Amino acid sequence: MTPMSDVMVLLLTFFMLTSTFLKPEPVTVATPLSVSEIKIPEKNVMSVLISPTGQVFLDIDNPNDRIAALEKMASAYNIQLTDKEKYEFSIATSFGFPMQSFKQFMALPEEKRNEELPKLGIPKDSTDNQFKGWVLAAREVKGKDMVIAIKADSETPYTSIKSVMGSLQDLKENRYNLITSLREVETTPAATAAK
Amino acid sequence: MMQVDSGGSGKKGERKKMDTRVDFTPMVDMIMLLLTFFMLATTLSKPQTMEIALPSKEKGDEKNQTLAKASEAVTLYLGADNKVYYFMGEPDLTTPNFLKSTTYAADGLRALILNKNRKAVTQVNELKDKKLRMQITQEQYDKELSKIKVQDGTPTVIIKPLDNSNYDNLVSALDEMLITSVGKYAITEVDENDKKMLTNSGVDFAVKK
Repeated sequence: MTPMSDVMVLLLTFFMLTSTFLKPEPVTVATPLSVSEIKIPEKNVMSVLISPTGQVFLDIDNPNDRIAALEKMASAYNIQLTDKEKYEFSIATSFGFPMQSFKQFMALPEEKRNEELPKLGIPKDSTDNQFKGWVLAAREVKGKDMVIAIKADSETPYTSIKSVMGSLQDLKENRYNLITSLREVETTPAATAAK
Repeated sequence: MMQVDSGGSGKKGERKKMDTRVDFTPMVDMIMLLLTFFMLATTLSKPQTMEIALPSKEKGDEKNQTLAKASEAVTLYLGADNKVYYFMGEPDLTTPNFLKSTTYAADGLRALILNKNRKAVTQVNELKDKKLRMQITQEQYDKELSKIKVQDGTPTVIIKPLDNSNYDNLVSALDEMLITSVGKYAITEVDENDKKMLTNSGVDFAVKK
């Protein structure tokens, strides 16, 4: 009995120390498969989540950076932030709401917010491109080493991807990562032919 | 718990010793539970990514794009229903059905580009072989790989996703570039000439309502 519990305690310690929890996302996306084996960096990432219907959500990894980016956006949209709002925003996961309805949204209780969020999204049309604003704010806060990762559903229409990529291109953000799941490489015809 | 009965007889002392054993079962149960929880809740593998770099929208860069030799160019249109339309070399605005169609299957797009890029693929395979046998280091491998991928004679692939394609199509196409060791590829928007060619070939590029 004792050796078994020893091993279990060991395993438990291992899992507790190595675990990174799955972050809940406002919409579930099934990422497309790819053979690329590059891993996404752990720190300094801004992830852009695009739902199958084309809504855009953002996530900035460091709570302090989130607050700093929010402050920049809030000053651009003339919103006075309270400490409570800042705190609640910093501990939340992905966000995506028009800045105009920020106060209204943050006033909701947390469960209600999680319910409401999948219906919203960051506006990215040309008249009011808040997505650009967020990217700029995040870049300013995090510096040039920030990695932009785009995570979209396989079924997301290209038009939505195009508007996101277009906005990034306008900001001269030409390097970014597309998040994919791993696919096994089948041996290619040429690889077999070469042997 | 470690009581020592000093005054009692030897027999009594032995019985008291039995009580020093602590029952660990609840603790083990608890650990088991926690272990199961952590094992299920962890994400052991980090998600994979594809790194892409797009040209900026500035005028100066456009020249570089058109510099690609027409004879080495392959233009892909990613269409609806997982279809790919393509042509090699110079565009032809007049011929009807100029665009050929293929799929993302291994014998479709991949075979097509492999055929164009055979030299580089063979070299990459040799290089991989060397790396497997530990003859070269990772840095050497990366350096050689990027050199092989952009050498003369390799095709330039221009990927033009149509509005009715989806994200999966784009990633599949980029993935094929990785598999077939194509170093020169770009994602660009569909322009008027492309639309004309697509119409000539009877390809639908409007977004489905």
